[in-house]
This record gives sequence, structure tokens and C-alpha cells, in this order.
Amino acid sequence: MADSATTQRGNDNSLAASIRDAALAAFLVAILGFFFLALRTDIAPGGLALTTRWGLWFTAIAIVFAGRLLLNIFVFKTDKPITRVLSGTGSAAGNALPGLGKWLGRALFAFALVLPFFFITFFPSQQRQFIDLAILIMTYIMLGWGLNIVVGLAGLLDLGYVAFYAVGAYSFALLSTHFDFIGFWVALPLAGILAAFWGVILGFPVLRLRGDYLAIVTLAFGEIIRVVLLNWYEFTGGPNGISGIPKPTLFGLEFSRGEGGFADFFGLEFSTIHRFIYLYYIIFILAIITNIVTMRLRRLPIGRAWEALREDEIACRSLGINTTNTKLTAFAIGAMFGGFAGSFFATRQGFISPESFTFLESAIILAIVVLGGLGSQIGVVIASIVMIGGIELLRNIGFLSQIFGPGFDPTQYRMLIFGLAMVLIMVWKPRGLVSTREPSAVLKEKKKIGADMVAQGEGH
Amino acid sequence: MEYFVQQLINGLTLGSIYGLIAIGYTMVYGIIGMINFAHGDIFMISSFIALSVFLILTTVLGFTFLPVVLLIVLIVGMLFTSAWGWTVERLAYRPLRGSFRLAPLITAIGMSIVLQNFVQVTQGARVKPLPPQIQGGVTLMQGNTENGAIVVQMSYMQMIIIVTTLVLMAAFTLLISRTSLGRAQRACEQDRKMAALLGVNVDRTISLTFVMGAALASVAGLMFLLLYGVIDFYIGFLAGVKAFTAAVLGGIGSLPGAMLGGLLIGMIEVFWSGYFSVEYKDVAAFSILAIVLIFLPSGLLGKPEVEKV
Repeated sequence: MADSATTQRGNDNSLAASIRDAALAAFLVAILGFFFLALRTDIAPGGLALTTRWGLWFTAIAIVFAGRLLLNIFVFKTDKPITRVLSGTGSAAGNALPGLGKWLGRALFAFALVLPFFFITFFPSQQRQFIDLAILIMTYIMLGWGLNIVVGLAGLLDLGYVAFYAVGAYSFALLSTHFDFIGFWVALPLAGILAAFWGVILGFPVLRLRGDYLAIVTLAFGEIIRVVLLNWYEFTGGPNGISGIPKPTLFGLEFSRGEGGFADFFGLEFSTIHRFIYLYYIIFILAIITNIVTMRLRRLPIGRAWEALREDEIACRSLGINTTNTKLTAFAIGAMFGGFAGSFFATRQGFISPESFTFLESAIILAIVVLGGLGSQIGVVIASIVMIGGIELLRNIGFLSQIFGPGFDPTQYRMLIFGLAMVLIMVWKPRGLVSTREPSAVLKEKKKIGADMVAQGEGH
Repeated sequence: MEYFVQQLINGLTLGSIYGLIAIGYTMVYGIIGMINFAHGDIFMISSFIALSVFLILTTVLGFTFLPVVLLIVLIVGMLFTSAWGWTVERLAYRPLRGSFRLAPLITAIGMSIVLQNFVQVTQGARVKPLPPQIQGGVTLMQGNTENGAIVVQMSYMQMIIIVTTLVLMAAFTLLISRTSLGRAQRACEQDRKMAALLGVNVDRTISLTFVMGAALASVAGLMFLLLYGVIDFYIGFLAGVKAFTAAVLGGIGSLPGAMLGGLLIGMIEVFWSGYFSVEYKDVAAFSILAIVLIFLPSGLLGKPEVEKV
């Protein structure tokens, strides 16, 4: 509805047009919402029963009418949209980003380094909750960086990344529950290798596929893994999952109360927070390793080959690049980091089931990569903090229930808001939040390149 | 033999539903080259609309003559679902026209999440059962096996589904090949810029494509509701993935391919459940997709992409 409005800009009767447009929007909501807001079907004795909620319906129509009218008057149909200032500063920040990005990255790194102690010092009452959230965000950052290798660098659209996450998690869970001597640190590399192996297995059949054919086969692969995990009772426990997965130890020290525990060994007072801090640093180090490896690989021939493959497969072949090996290494290395993150997930939760590895998870990881700006490492960090952090914060917002009454449960609307945020951010910034790219090879001096210059996810 | 024929009929029925949804995917892909991930959820939305309209007609207004009720449900459902299809395109895809290819894919996934959770929040997470409305059928064959007598039956519901699908397919093929709208669509598919230069309203054509896809999905939604009698907010995901698989299997962008792919996926699922195991029917469908694509990288009826350098 925005572009029909632009043609009207500067018109004398723009107010009338605004009202007409808002009325149309309200009418549309009335139609769309009739069967969902005004009516509700519920199971009742003797079949289904309809209940009506006219109040909700009219409220929704009124909100849309008012919102649309205000947007029309102040943004869409005026010569001086109030968002102009906003978009002006936004693009200025974007232009300054190569320098800013470096400093932002360093600042974020420094903050992440001291994060647990920051929360312990300043938010002692909610320290556990915040550190847990930081662990979750860090896991998604790591997954995002792993997927960034496949989608952002090699340009292979992978909709089934969660499969490798699952392989990593189940590898660790099965190894540690079947063999007592295998702890987290032994299982971690094994899980990574197994996930990489599955990456190659997936990579082979899809070598010839392009674009959306590739996307659907990877999606199908993710679903196959999940269905097998769900139905292979004897091996994976089916829908019951695997529980009793051991916690990680620090050189054999367990984070438990009493003799021989971490707190006892170092003469500290026992606290459950120690284990959270330890988990945080594990995922932090894993994520940093992912980042460093990716940045280094970009400078190696294989990384250059990935980016060349993303830009033009035919040119790659004619220059003698082995596209088979290039694609397979991208899948394998991306999958390996997914596997690492998976085994971390298993040890953090202590329990895994196929429910944690649905397509939604793949979609969230892909969304983080694309919303951050494909191929941009710092973008993944920002997108993870915004999307995952924002969504988890909704759980804890108490004031909303004061506004909407005690029956209001914000967690119910979590995914609804998540989806809306995905759509809005993408429409606002189609190239992702960070829209400049660091060139990986330069002649004499670095020049800024816009994301528009880079072929992204064309899926060759 | 009797068992085989029975499974064949069941497969045709399921395949018809998949085929109807798959057309929506394939048309959108053909015209703007994107995967409309929200299409499966449009199908889910349509089944909820169908349920509500049905309940209004039977319990509130007291209609009893079933054919008229179903006809009204079909028409009202198509209209309202089309509005949903149009709105999704307008909000999530049109602003990104001409942007890079992954952007509309992400908004499509976002829209799919929004629609699912919107229905969950407004209609509740529990399943909605509808007792079977059309009962009875025709006995086609009878035979004896070592496990006792077996009767091959084709229920009236299955007949309705297959016949409706055939009629819609015929009407649809005519629409694409004979009308000016169909011509405009094919023109946009071949070259959007040139079509615009020659006076085709591209935005309108694309919107109408979404409307048509949604209308066909709403037919599938009503059939699903009547055939299985149980719907919830999550049915769109699996049906959508299967239908998309069907579209890709048949060669994405090709209308007969979508129908063929839908029938094949339906058959594979039903035969696999009938002869091997129900649990792994999805694995079978997806594996066959992967195998077909290895040998025919652009699907069964798709045109191979030729890239000019």
C-alpha cells in the first residue's frame, strides 16, 4: 500500500486520500479477520460450537484504520515524512560501517568476554536468567556463522541446516550415554566429524542442483533426519528423546556440590552459577573459533573459490576451479560447526528430542543470516541479539499483562511477533542490517563495496 | 490385486489435493521465481474458513441440504482465501520486487510463521474435528485373499475430490491458454520487463496469480477438511512441503508437472504406507524426490535451464 501512496504525494486533497486509503485497509482487515477474530470455533459437547467476539474484531479494525491513517498523514503521503531523519542517519551509519563495524566488533567482543561478570555485578538477582539468555544467543551466533559459510560465502541455499545441528547433538548424546569414558571434550570433535561426514553425504546428490531445487532437497534432507530420529525407537529413543546427557567438566572437575567439585577444588563457595559461566565460555570460545576459521578460510584459496562460485559457477569452471570439491568442502565445514553447536546444545540441555530440530529452527538460523546481511559476520551477531534476545525478553515482560489484563500471556505472541519482525526488517532493509561487505581480495587499497554488488544466495 | 486398486484410489485422492496446492507454488514460481513458503499456510487458513462457514450455515442458519451448503462453503471460502493470498503478496512480496532473491524467501518464511501463530492465537491450538459429512460409496471389486474377503471401495467423497480436481484442472488449463489474463501471465513469465513495455499490468497480473493460487488452495482446504475431518493450525506446513516437493518433482514452473508431481507424491505416500511402513512415508517421498532430481535436475516435465554466458 506504500507505493500507491507515493504517487499521491504533494496532492492537495492528500487528507481525503489518506482517509480513503485507511478505510480500505480497515475494510481489508474486516474481511480477513472475520473468520478468525470475530468468530471462534471450539470443541463443545455435541460437536463444534461457534462463539462470536465482535469486540475484538472492531478493535482490530479500529486499530488498523487509525494506524494506517497516522502512517499516511505523517509518512506515506506527506512531503516531509518523519522517517526521513531516521532513514538518513541509517544510511549514513551504513556508509561509515567498514570503520564502525570494526570498532563495533571489538566492542562487542570485549563485552562478550566479561559478560558473565558484568551480569553478576550489576544484575545479581537475574544473573542466571541473563547468562542463560547470553548462552542461547551465542549458540545462534555460532549456528549463524556456520550457515554463513554455506549460504553467505559459497552461495548454496541450505534450508536443512538444522539436520547437522541434530547430528551433532545426537552424536554426543548417544556416544556419552553408551560409552562412559566419552565426555564432552572427547565427543565434541567426533560430533563435528560426524556432522561434516553427513554434510558430504548431503552434498553429493545435490552437486548438480541449482537454486530452489537445492533448497527443497536440503529441506527434505532435514525432514528425513528428523523423521528417522523420531521413528527409530531402539536407537534414538523416538519422541521420548535421550535424557541424562552428562554435563561438561573442566579438566575432570565437575560442577557439583561437595568433594572434588569445581568450587571445592578452588576453595570457592558452591554456586550453580559457576556451571552457567563455564557453559557460556565454552560456547563463546566455540563461536570465536568458528569466526576465526571462517575469516582465515576466506583468505585461503578455498575461501576465494567459494566466493567465486557464489558469483559465477560457469566462470569458476572455465578457470579450472574444481566446483565439486568446493561445494563439498563448504557443506562439510558448515556442517561441522553445526555439529559442534549441536553437541553443545545437548550438553547444555541434558535432554534432547527430535522436537528441537524442526524446520522452524532451520528457518530461524537462515533468517538470522539473511537479516544480518549475507556474508557479514558482524551482521549475524546483531541479528541474533535483536531476534533471539528480543523474543526471549518478551517472556519476561510483566507490564504487558498489566495493560491487557491478567489473562494476557506474552509468550503466546512470541512467534507471531518473531514472524512479523522477520517480514518488517526484510522489507525495511532487503540486503540485511549490515549492508556493506569487506572485500576479501584487494588491489592496493580497500574500497567499500555495497551488498548490491555481491551475488547473494543465487544458489548456483 | 484388490489391495493394489484400493491403494491406487486412495493415492489418487491424496495426490489430487497435493496437486491443487502444488499449482499455487508452481504458478508463483513461474511468474516471479520465488518459493511462496506461506502458500501451505494459506491452505490451512482456507480450511479454517471452510469450517467456520460450514458451521454458520448448518448450526446458525439451519441449512440442511448438503450439496448447496458445500457449494456455498466452496465459493465463500475461495473468496475469503483469495483475499488472504492477495494481502500476503501485497504486504510481504511486492515491496521486495526486484530485490535479491533471498529477501522474498525470508519474508515468505516470516509470513508462514505469522499465519500459523495468528491462527493458533485466535482459534486455539487444539484440533478441530468435523464429523464425516459425506458417507457411503461404490463397491468396485470384491475378492478373497488369505486374510479374508477384501472389498475395493471408492467413497463418494473420493469421487467428488477426483472429479472436482479434474474439472478445475481443465478450467484452469483453458484459463491459462485462452484468456487474456492467461496470456498476460505467460508473458510475465517469459519476460517481465518486455511485458510491461507492451502494456501488461505486471503488478496486477502477479496479484491475480496469487489470488488464483489461493483459490485453488482453498478448494484443497475444503477437501482436506471433508476427507480427514480434523484440522489444526499446523496442517499447512506438512501439506505445503509435500505440495512444494510435488511441484519440484514435476518440474517447477510447469502446470501439468505440478499435477503429475502431486499425483506421484500422493501415490508414493499411500503405497509406501500400504506396503512398507506408515512412519517412513515422508522419507520415501523425499528420497524419491532426491533420486529423481539427481538424474533429471529440473524435474520430470521442467525445461532445463540453459545459462548463456
